[in-house]
Amino acid sequence: MSSSQLRHDELVRFDDWTSPVPFVPREVRSVLPETDESLPPVLFVPGLGHGPWAFAEHWLQHTAGRGFPAHTLALRAEGDLRAYAHDVVQVAAALPRQVVLVGHGAGALIVARALGRYPARAAVLTAPVLDGWATLGAALRTNFAGTVPAFFGGRLRLSRRQLFSPDLPAEQADAYRQQLVAAGAKAQRELVRHPAPPKPVGAPPVLVVGSPDDRVVPRSSLDRTATRYGSAPLLFPGMGHDLMLDPGWQEPLDAILDWLTKELAR
Amino acid sequence: MPDITDIADRHDAVCVIGAGASGLATIKNLREQGFDVDCYERETSVGGAWNWRHDRSPVYAGTQLISSRPLTEFPDFPMPDDWPDYPHHSQLLSYLERYSRHFALGEHIWFGTEVVAVTPVGDGRWDVTTQSTGGGGSSRIQRYSAVVVANGHNWSPKVVEHEGSDGFRGQVIHSSAYKDPAQLRGRKVLVVGAGNTGCDIAVEAAQQATTVWHSTRRGYWIAPKFVFGRPADQVNALMFKRRLPLRLRQWLYRQIVRITVGDATRFGLPAPDHHPYESHPIVNSQLVYYAGHGRILPVPDVARFDGASVELTDGRRVEPELVIMATGYLPRFEFLAPELLDQDADGRPDLHLHAFARRHPTLAVVGLVQADAGLLPLAHWQSVAVAKWLRLHATDPARAADVQRKESSRPLKTWTRRNVLPTSRHWFEVSHTSYLRVIDDLLTELEPAP
Repeated sequence: MSSSQLRHDELVRFDDWTSPVPFVPREVRSVLPETDESLPPVLFVPGLGHGPWAFAEHWLQHTAGRGFPAHTLALRAEGDLRAYAHDVVQVAAALPRQVVLVGHGAGALIVARALGRYPARAAVLTAPVLDGWATLGAALRTNFAGTVPAFFGGRLRLSRRQLFSPDLPAEQADAYRQQLVAAGAKAQRELVRHPAPPKPVGAPPVLVVGSPDDRVVPRSSLDRTATRYGSAPLLFPGMGHDLMLDPGWQEPLDAILDWLTKELAR
Repeated sequence: MPDITDIADRHDAVCVIGAGASGLATIKNLREQGFDVDCYERETSVGGAWNWRHDRSPVYAGTQLISSRPLTEFPDFPMPDDWPDYPHHSQLLSYLERYSRHFALGEHIWFGTEVVAVTPVGDGRWDVTTQSTGGGGSSRIQRYSAVVVANGHNWSPKVVEHEGSDGFRGQVIHSSAYKDPAQLRGRKVLVVGAGNTGCDIAVEAAQQATTVWHSTRRGYWIAPKFVFGRPADQVNALMFKRRLPLRLRQWLYRQIVRITVGDATRFGLPAPDHHPYESHPIVNSQLVYYAGHGRILPVPDVARFDGASVELTDGRRVEPELVIMATGYLPRFEFLAPELLDQDADGRPDLHLHAFARRHPTLAVVGLVQADAGLLPLAHWQSVAVAKWLRLHATDPARAADVQRKESSRPLKTWTRRNVLPTSRHWFEVSHTSYLRVIDDLLTELEPAP
């Protein structure tokens, strides 16, 4: 692990000791397998603007179908990365077994942060927005008008072209976009400016998954993120940023679950 | 007794003694470093001191935490954030049970099995003799590459002898035998000791007993559980966050106590004979309240017992029906020869960072610290350091020797609290922030070479 790009364990945690993240009720959606095969639960973490619906569309069912208890949560309405990571760890710790964390987009950044606070069984960063400036550059190139307002505390508007591949029918893509919600201004800023993610506690295996045709996360950024965690990205050409909503959603998910099955056997 | 040929060699496995909070964290963190672990637990369930079913558990029905949740939980497995600031002991037990289940630690624990002897073999390995708890059945010897002791230090009562106690007509119990308020109801009770337990039991007695005397040898700084609407330890952590020097912290502490509690001597409590931060923090919001209502009568130290009465050092005599000795606990390692932990004549071990045996690199103790915060976070990081140390020791002996040399020159004052009262209560007292900074430093040294 190239630890130079990851922060060392944090033993002294004044933020948590002096101003703990306040409790909010959390929305968790779960699909459980029909038979208990003692496989670890998988917790999917949505990115900014997305919610449990994004995983409920295809991925939760399919994951449960392969024997893994599948869960996802909603990000709290008012929050920053610290609060989101806190919520992920709270949901993970409430599950009966050591959890596999799967984050998508900015959700991968939240997972990367949560990995410093919870020894996950394994972690998957899909289309990870870990590399803020590269992501910002890509956003300005693809969707200048939707990105600029976010600089002034306005809402980041993601375009159809950014999120989906051309294979997804336009009306379906628009229906998904209708469900996107505004993210907190602080969380939007933190997408670009944030400290290096912590070194994962308990040294879990980490997989980076993405698409070279993702217009939010450039290919070079996928490589950099994977290098940080000591591997190479698993690539799915032709897919958009929202892998879990793309018509080809099953291929990356099966690859993730296959990888997981192999890692669990080690 | 089995003969020598019966020793089962567990090769690189590590033996952990005790499945309380410290033992559980140790199993988990050794597993994360790739070790096989056999943990021996004399009881039939996890939780150690926090499991009220255990005969060595010091908790009573009303025990609540005195450090707040964020300063008490394991750093990598938080307590539910909808729990109160100061959870009840039953919540702490359910938290430990959940931790054990979550990380599947149970499969490494041998329940109902006690360790009766741990002896060095000579090559850094250890023979561990175990038997069913309470004797009976045969004993078994197994050989391990390392031993981590996590047997707790709040179960063996520190007995304070008083003249005439044999002929005393009332009942005398140690605080560890206090379990339920029914024991206090309608009786005249003398509580001896002003530690957190003594103060908490005096408050319980104030709600149940007809008369309550609270005997203390010296005055302490009693902080309320909440200051400015925040748990007191979180306010204290804020002072450390701002890196305020000791003198300023002491001044602020006095001011905060002055504003929130006021002059405790007005209520008959003795004035502290030391500065703030020179004794283990006492956190209790109700002691002064009940003293102010005459429900707790502060009295000085016990001089001697005499028939039906107890004579105090000021010559006064009181006639309690029940005396609760909240005189604390002493660490005990009956399965280890005292020299292995460099124990002195009083039984006080001398360990590097209160954790590493100085002359036995494969022997460590986890959880033998007292701090201005909960124990679990410290036990967690201690066990991470122990696990990483054992890993380095096994894989890179040359670098391990370097680390050991460097560590042995670490000044004591960087991790011990020098200016504390010289009592057994403060043998293992540390400031949790300074202590964690030192462990942090050690963890960096223990990183495997790139």
